[in-house]
Amino acid sequence: MLNKKNKTYYVCVFFFCLFVLFLYGPTFTIVLLSFQGPDGGLTFPLNGVSTYWFEELWRGGSVVDIGSAFKRSIILGVIVMILTVLLSVSAGLAFRKKFWGSDTLFFATVASLIVPSIVLSLGVALQFRLLDDFTKWLGSTFDINYINEFFQTTLGMFTSGLGAQLTWTLPFGLLIMFAVFNRFDKSYEEAARDLGASPWKTFKEVVFPLIAPSIIGIALFGFTLSYDELARSSQVMGAGNTLPLELRGLTTTVTTPVIYALGTVTTFVSFSVISISIACYIWLKRKKG
Amino acid sequence: MKLLKLKPSVGLLSIPYSLIFIFFFFIPLILTFIISFWDYNEYSIIPDFIFENYSYIFKDCLNFEKDMCVTFKTYLSTFIFCFITWFFTLIIGFFVAYFLAFYVNSITWQIVLFLLCTIPFWTSNVIRMISWIPLLGRNGLVNDFLLSTGLVDAPQEWLLYSGFSIVLAFVHLYTLFMIVPIFNSMMRIDKSIIEAAYDNGANGLQILWNVIIPLCKPGIVIGSIFVITVVMGDFITIGIMGGQQIPSIGKIIYVEMSYLQLPAAAANAVILLALTLLIIWIMTKMIDIRKEL
Repeated sequence: MLNKKNKTYYVCVFFFCLFVLFLYGPTFTIVLLSFQGPDGGLTFPLNGVSTYWFEELWRGGSVVDIGSAFKRSIILGVIVMILTVLLSVSAGLAFRKKFWGSDTLFFATVASLIVPSIVLSLGVALQFRLLDDFTKWLGSTFDINYINEFFQTTLGMFTSGLGAQLTWTLPFGLLIMFAVFNRFDKSYEEAARDLGASPWKTFKEVVFPLIAPSIIGIALFGFTLSYDELARSSQVMGAGNTLPLELRGLTTTVTTPVIYALGTVTTFVSFSVISISIACYIWLKRKKG
Repeated sequence: MKLLKLKPSVGLLSIPYSLIFIFFFFIPLILTFIISFWDYNEYSIIPDFIFENYSYIFKDCLNFEKDMCVTFKTYLSTFIFCFITWFFTLIIGFFVAYFLAFYVNSITWQIVLFLLCTIPFWTSNVIRMISWIPLLGRNGLVNDFLLSTGLVDAPQEWLLYSGFSIVLAFVHLYTLFMIVPIFNSMMRIDKSIIEAAYDNGANGLQILWNVIIPLCKPGIVIGSIFVITVVMGDFITIGIMGGQQIPSIGKIIYVEMSYLQLPAAAANAVILLALTLLIIWIMTKMIDIRKEL
């Protein structure tokens, strides 16, 4: 059989280890380099060990306002996470039966994952530009003071930015729901219904506990994909940049390890979120079983 | 949630989800198509029905006496990146999935190792690109190593901000897109089929070629679609890893947007989208995606 521990097995193990090294090695090097002394540069060897670059980052020294970009990214990530969970779970429930437009919606879900991000970003930007023009036209035609004086743009982090990110996170959420319901044992639900539970009660008491671990997975995708999202929101964030957008700008301007310190911090945030999610997942699975 | 009470209308639960896709997916794409026929000047876009945006893209492209036009050159370069990236992600992704599916026996370990491959996907892409700098730069580890062993006598410049580093970053970022669907296909293979082949005297290589690869075709196709489309529309990886020097289709759109030449950008986007859809259409002819989830 294949699982016999022969020569091929060890070749495969070696290959897999190399791949893991390839995946994590580079990130590990920048974590290492971010802890350099004040004289450190962008490459090895390490010049002493200190937390100087983190302090520099904290002070905001050479860099744009990273603190507020960081805050914006976290807030947007949490909102995207909540919406992704709510919308994809409810759509997932709907998709268990065929409904009017379900094929089109499924098509849109898959298409959204593979449409080039720049195309979608452009589309959303165009849409909001037209919306702006329309609002200004309304203001001038009907003499609406509020619009004429205060209106600037509809483009923004919580309008166009949020929507653009949702087209990226929602498909992952719905596909996870599909995977869950494809393996879902309907007899529990039927039993609840036979015992006279209302649909809402059936969902709350039976279906929800069963799918809860997967919902953690959807939340994880929602937050992390939004927190790191760049291509889709690049044209539609409006005035305030998120962290990935600032980071991309920094790659061309910053020449000190401060950028590695920032990388270490964001990677730390991502890893914390991932670990918490995995812990929750395991906890929920245990509780159920 | 009251909606659940009306049994036939569970479908209504999809409305919020649908609204997002109508407003942020369908309408923007339709607008892009419409505006690609509009006119523009320095500050505004003007409703019109002209073909200049398209004809400008293919200007000089049908003049075969001159060099290849910029558009064709850019597309060609993007296709080459697509192909090389596709090739490496497929080979690496396949063997990682193969190892996970057939050589790791305990389910717990399978999950742990699978997660190990997935976790980087949830971290920042930009950071993962930047993290190649200390390795590939002029004074990076690779150059240090090459110099100290005497393999080269001057630092190699082609390691970073080059086609090489772009492909490396793509493979680094997107091999997961191959691993997941191929692994999924492999886990569905009935182990008794493999045993039957083995009992009939097939060796490991024959089983791989005649049993496993054909049964993994759907996974391979789905993974390929993801990798190819993501590389086709990329402007960020090519920008950062190419030192902003190497052109790509995505970058043309990006630059035109920053000059507010929106209808021109829209025309480029329509062509890019059409090409991407064509590739996907050809590939999906081979499988039914919905069955694979």
